[in-house]
Amino acid sequence: MIDKSAAGRTSGRKSALGAATCALMFGAAALMSTAARAEELMGQPTPGGWGFQPSGDAIKRSVVFFHNDILMPIITVICLLVAGLILYIAIRFNKRANPVPARFTHNTQIEVIWTVAPVLILMFIAIFSFRLLYAYHDMPKPDLTVKATGNQWYWNYTYPDHGALAFDSLILPEEKAKAAGKPYRLGVDNPLVVPVGKTVRVLVTGADVIHDFAMPAFGLKTDAVPGRVNETWFKADKPGIYYGQCSELCGVDHAFMPIEIDVVTPDQFNTWVVAKGGKLPGAKAAAPAAPAATAPAGGAPANPAPAAPAAKPAQTAVTNTAKTTTAKIGHAALAAKAA
Amino acid sequence: MATSADAHAHDAHEHHDHKPPFFVRWFFSTNHKDIGILYILFAIMAGLVGGALSGLIRWELAEPGIQIFQPHSWLAKIGIIEASKHGYNVVVTAHALIMIFFMVMPAMIGGFGNFFVPIMIGAPDMAFPRMNNISFWLLVASFAVLCTSLMVDGGPGKGFGGGWTMYPPLSTIGHTGPAFDLAILSLHLAGASSILGAINFITTIFNMRAPGMTLHRMPLFVWSVLVTVFLLLLSLPVLAGAITMLLTDRNFGTSFFNPAGGGDPVMFQHLFWFFGHPEVYILILPGFGMISHIVATFSKKPVFGYLAMAYAMVAIGFVGFVVWAHHMFTTGLNVNLQAYFSAATMIIAVPTGIKIFSWIATMWGGSIDFKTPMLFAIGFIFLFTVGGVTGVVLSNAGVDYSFQDTYYVVAHFHYVLSLGAVFAIFAGFYYWFEKMWGVKYNEILGAAHFWLMFVGVNVIFFPMHFLGMQGMPRRYVDYPDAFAFWNRISTDGYMIAALGVVVFLVMLVEAAVRRRKAEANPWGEGATTLEWTLSSPPPYHQFNDLPHIEAEGH
Repeated sequence: MIDKSAAGRTSGRKSALGAATCALMFGAAALMSTAARAEELMGQPTPGGWGFQPSGDAIKRSVVFFHNDILMPIITVICLLVAGLILYIAIRFNKRANPVPARFTHNTQIEVIWTVAPVLILMFIAIFSFRLLYAYHDMPKPDLTVKATGNQWYWNYTYPDHGALAFDSLILPEEKAKAAGKPYRLGVDNPLVVPVGKTVRVLVTGADVIHDFAMPAFGLKTDAVPGRVNETWFKADKPGIYYGQCSELCGVDHAFMPIEIDVVTPDQFNTWVVAKGGKLPGAKAAAPAAPAATAPAGGAPANPAPAAPAAKPAQTAVTNTAKTTTAKIGHAALAAKAA
Repeated sequence: MATSADAHAHDAHEHHDHKPPFFVRWFFSTNHKDIGILYILFAIMAGLVGGALSGLIRWELAEPGIQIFQPHSWLAKIGIIEASKHGYNVVVTAHALIMIFFMVMPAMIGGFGNFFVPIMIGAPDMAFPRMNNISFWLLVASFAVLCTSLMVDGGPGKGFGGGWTMYPPLSTIGHTGPAFDLAILSLHLAGASSILGAINFITTIFNMRAPGMTLHRMPLFVWSVLVTVFLLLLSLPVLAGAITMLLTDRNFGTSFFNPAGGGDPVMFQHLFWFFGHPEVYILILPGFGMISHIVATFSKKPVFGYLAMAYAMVAIGFVGFVVWAHHMFTTGLNVNLQAYFSAATMIIAVPTGIKIFSWIATMWGGSIDFKTPMLFAIGFIFLFTVGGVTGVVLSNAGVDYSFQDTYYVVAHFHYVLSLGAVFAIFAGFYYWFEKMWGVKYNEILGAAHFWLMFVGVNVIFFPMHFLGMQGMPRRYVDYPDAFAFWNRISTDGYMIAALGVVVFLVMLVEAAVRRRKAEANPWGEGATTLEWTLSSPPPYHQFNDLPHIEAEGH
C-alpha cells in the first residue's frame, strides 16, 4: 500500500539498522500477502483481513469504489511522491555528494504549482465525496421501519410497522455462541431480522448514554443519542448474517453489545414476524379505510406521506419526515431515567 | 544572593550569571530557561507515564479475551489501576489526557517555547516571569489532581472511563462518582495554566522583540508558537465553559446536556470539538516550527518560502477553528452542514501541503548532514504526510461513516501526533540538546533511538489502518478473533518502540555521565538563529545588551 521503508533509507551510515528495517518491512509484506489470500467473509471481519469487508448493499459499494478507486490511488501516489523525493534528496544532496549548498529560497512558479495542484485534486475528490454523501441521505421510500435503541449494554429493536413487535438483543456468551455457530463477541441471542431487497429505515436512539448503531457491510454508523432519533437506512443485496458492533464509547461493556442483522427472504421474514408475535402490516391495513385517517398527531400531520400505499400506513410515532435525519423528541422515559 | 546591591550593580557586566540557591531557583523560578527545563523534565516524566499506560493497552489487546484487566492478573495485584473492563476505559482516557495535556503541550510550548522564544527574538526573558512560574506549577497541580482522579470512585469503578472526549451522558449519569469532578478540576487547572502561558507568549512576542526583529524576520519557531498560543487563548475558554456546564449538570441539577431537561448531549460535542480541533493543531504547530529550523540547519540552506511557511501556519490556525464538526459526522448533523465540514476540512490539506513541499524544497540543493535531529525531522515529514493523507480520506463524510470510531481513526491521529508531534519533539530535543543541557549527546545512541522508534511506531500504527478498514471499533477492551492477527503485530511494534525509549533513557544517562563539553554552535553555518550566538548553556541572563537584527536574515 504505502511505502513506509522509503524514509527509512535516508541514512546510509546506519546500514545494519537499515537492513534490519528492510527485513522487517519485507516480513510485514509477506505476512500481508498471506493475509490477502484468505477468503473474505461476508458480514464479518476476516482473520488477518486488511481491506473493507465485502459490501452488502449498493451504498457501501459506492463507498468502496470511492475509497479504493479514487482516494487510495491519490493518497498512495502522494506518499510515494514524498517518499521518492526524500530518497532522491538523501542520495543526491547529502553532504558528500553535494558539499556546497545552494542558496535559493524562492521559486514562485513551483510554489504556485504546489498550491494549485492540491486544490484541483481536492476539487476532484469533492465531486465524488458530495455525490456519495447526498446518496447516503437520499433514502428511497422505506419498505419497513425498525427502531434500534441503545442501552447499557444491549440493543432493543422495535418494529413499529409490525404491531410494535419489540425485543432485546444481547451478546451470546462464549459457549452459546460456539453452539450456535456464531463468532463470539459478534453473535447475539435475538438478531434484527429484515427482508432482503427491501429498503429498511432504521431509527436510532439511545436510552441512557450515547451508543452507535454500526454495520460495516452496509456502511452504517449512526449515533444513538438520548433525546434524539437519528435516521439511517439500508437495502441488503443478499440473505445472510451480518455483524456490527457498538461504535461509541458507552461504558464498561462497550465491547460487548454487538449488532447482528439477519437478512432473510420476505417469506421467511413474514413467518418470523408472526412467530415472534408481531402483526403483518397488510393484514392490519385492511381494517382502516384510508392511511391518512390513521395518522393522527404525528410530527407533521399535514404531511401524511401521500405516496404511502395502503399496505404501509404512516404509523411511526416518532418521525415521519423522510428528509430530515434528526427529530428531537421529549422522552418521558428518559426523564425518569435521568432523574 | 550574597552580593550587596551596590556590588551587584558594579559587577553586573562581568558576573551577570549569579544563580539563586537551589530551592529558590527551581521552585520559585522566574527565569524562562529554568522554567523551560522544568517543563521538559515534567514532559519526560508524563511521557513515561502515558507511554506505560499505552503499554497496558497494547498488552491487553495482544490477543482476544481479557488478560490483564481482570481480577486475577498482575495488574490487580499491583492495585494502582483497577483491573476491570472499566479500568481499561480509565487507562485509555488517562493515556490521552496525559499525552495531550502533560506531555506534548508542556514539551513544545512550555519547554522549547519558554526556553527559545525569548532567545530567538532577542529578549532577556518572558514578559511576565512570575506568571510563567504560576503556569508551570498549576500544571503540576493539575497532573496531581488527574492522578488522584485515577484512585477515587468514578461510578462504575475507580477513575473516569469516559474517554478524553468525555461525552455526556456517559460523563454525567454514566459516571456518578467524584473521579470525573476531579478530572474536570484538573482540566480547569491545565487550561488556566495554558491560558496564562498564552498571554505571556503573546505579550512577549509582540512587545519584547529586539531592535530590527520585525514580525517578518522572526524565526519560524516563534511564528509557530505565536499561532499556537492564539489558538490556545481562543479555544480553551470554550472547553472551560463546556466542562463547567458538565460540572453543574453533574452536581447542581442543571440540564445543559440532559435531554430530559431540554438540554442536548450533542451540544457538548460541538463545544468540545470547537476546542478539540484547534487543540490538535496546538499539538502539531510548534512541531512545524521546529522542523523548519532543523531542516534548514542540517541542509545548510535557509528555509524555502519563509513567508508562505509563516502564513500557512496562520491559515492552518484560522481554518482549524471552522472544521470542528468533522468529528461529529455520525451524530445526525444536517446533510448540508456535513458537506460544508467535509469541504472545509479538505481545505486544510492545501497549507499543509505547502509546508511539506517547502521542507522538501529546503532540502533540495542542500548539503545534508544526517545527524539525529535531521533523522527525526525527515521521519516527521514522511510520517506526517501519511497521517495527513488519511486525514483527507476521513474528511469525506460518506467515507467517514465507515471509519468513524474505528482503528482507522486511531491510526490516523497517531500518525500525525504520535509519529508527527512526538517525532518533532524528539527532533527538537536532540537539536537543542547541547544548548539546553550544556553537554553533548551520543550520536550513535541518538540514531539507534530514531531507528527503533521509527520501525516500532510504524509496526504499531500501520496495521491499525487494516483493523479500521475491517471495522474494529476504538476503545474496545476485547475484540472478535478475526482482529487478532494485526493486533498481535501492533503489540510487537510496541515492544520495538519501547526498546527505543530505553535507548533514549540510556542516551540521557550516558550524556549525564560523560559530560562532554558543549559548543556554542555544534551545527555550523546552517544554524542561524540567535540561540546559537550564545554559549551552551546560555548565560543565566542573556541579552543585557539587546542584539540588533540586520535586514538580511531570511
